[in-house]
Amino acid sequence: MALVRLSTPLRVHCGGKPELRAEGSTLREVISFIDRESPGFGDRVLKDGRINEFINIFVNNEDVRFLDGLETPVGPGDTISILPAVSGG
Amino acid sequence: MTVKGLVCRNCGKEYPEAPVSICEECFGPLEVAYDYEKIKEAVSRKTIEGGPASLWRYKALLPVRGAPVDLGAGFTPLRKAENLGRALGLKELYIKNDSLNPTFSFKDRVVSVAVSKALEFSFSTVGCASTGNLASAVAAHGAKAGLTSYIFIPADLNPAKVAQALAYGPNLVCVDGNYDQVNRLCTEIAGYRNWAFVNINLRPYYAEGSKTLGFEVAEQLGWEVPDRVVVPAGSGSLLTKIWKGFRELNDVGILDGGPPRLTAAQSAGCSPITTAWRSGGDIRPVKPDTIEKSLAIGNPADGRYTLKALKETGGTAGSATDGEIIEGIKLLARTEGIFTETAGGVVIGTLKNLVERGEIDPDERTVAYITGCGLKTQDVLRQALPEPVYIRSDLGAFEAAIGHAHRQVAGEVA
Ligand SMILES: Cc1ncc(COP(=O)(O)O)c(C=O)c1O
Ligand SMILES: [Zn+2]
Repeated sequence: MALVRLSTPLRVHCGGKPELRAEGSTLREVISFIDRESPGFGDRVLKDGRINEFINIFVNNEDVRFLDGLETPVGPGDTISILPAVSGG
Repeated sequence: MTVKGLVCRNCGKEYPEAPVSICEECFGPLEVAYDYEKIKEAVSRKTIEGGPASLWRYKALLPVRGAPVDLGAGFTPLRKAENLGRALGLKELYIKNDSLNPTFSFKDRVVSVAVSKALEFSFSTVGCASTGNLASAVAAHGAKAGLTSYIFIPADLNPAKVAQALAYGPNLVCVDGNYDQVNRLCTEIAGYRNWAFVNINLRPYYAEGSKTLGFEVAEQLGWEVPDRVVVPAGSGSLLTKIWKGFRELNDVGILDGGPPRLTAAQSAGCSPITTAWRSGGDIRPVKPDTIEKSLAIGNPADGRYTLKALKETGGTAGSATDGEIIEGIKLLARTEGIFTETAGGVVIGTLKNLVERGEIDPDERTVAYITGCGLKTQDVLRQALPEPVYIRSDLGAFEAAIGHAHRQVAGEVA
């Protein structure tokens, strides 16, 4: 199971936990897994089947837009961070 | 104080004033909301003109209650740049020289607001993810306010920026990675540490400080709006807030007319905003590859709003290559006697390119924002400059080295 770290505004939508473990062999599957545990999560993170433009997702610290987006493979040892996009600068 | 609270820029949801920056509903950015009717009653050109010679002359339009943490940021010179204008083919060009701030960049404006807010919210530690200039601004204002500071920078920053930041005594953390990686790390740290990250959880307040670069230009032009402003863009926060600044002056009845044509300047080696503008598409993140570190943000937080500002004001975006950045620094120094860092080189290089492309009309009254001082990035410039003449302290040695050339110019001395 991959480790998923959630930023504060996202925690509200899955029981308040800062991190959780999720199953799946791609990022898309991991998000579906969390959505089954916390219904509605998927609708917040995804919009029209794409990652919400106000969210950035990182697998092992790399922005998935430089990887395979939602199809980025994830394994049991991987860490996924889901963070707000409007930050810094 | 005329702040109503925070409002989501994307969905409009309202929030009370707090150290938060993201909407819980849609994850859009929060922005400070004001009561403009009240501000309209309280401010006039006269009240502003009677204020201090700093950004705090616009306090009525800033989100701070009590006495600010003030090192004297703002109210920097706006100078007509006739020599540079002639060199570029522009009839009426001005330079807003914001390198003349307490820590030598415009970041003192945003940080003066943010650190004042950190005190209001009773934080004891301030922090930031920095491309270099924010580092010194936060460290300096944190020192003055008696706060602990944690500053995160990419490890490969210009040595002068590192030395300057260290002088103020912060905890300086050099991260093995680019700015976007530093920023991602800080966004995660901000999720569990009770620190005031000026550009993360205090971002709505911080960003407001940049409006004063719009206010000042209008005031210094005798309360007039220029035709065009050229603004260096990293995250795009500065540009979008200059836009907001001009709109607000109009909203509260101090100015007539809408904002100028906003024009974004980026380094060609990191130009996600300019690339999106020219392609007409969305912002695609990039991995920066340029000598220009101050603007090296591959994943610009305010990219979408920057594109909106350019579109709504009839502006544009351009870029300058590394070579053009160096030439821009030299051109500004040699025509106007102003020594800027690489971000200023980007502005001058981009301005030149946009005039040559015919995107800027020679008749436009144009203001170029120079936002940082040349001493910060001397390392990249030095290699591009000629060697000076080295001699013994001896008249014969002087004459042998350059006397011949000298005699030709000033015959009577020979
Ligand atoms: C000198 C200088 N100018 C301009 C900017 C651009 O700021 P923004 O990220 O708000 O676009 C920066 C950002 O760090 C900077 O250091
Ligand atoms: Zn919202």
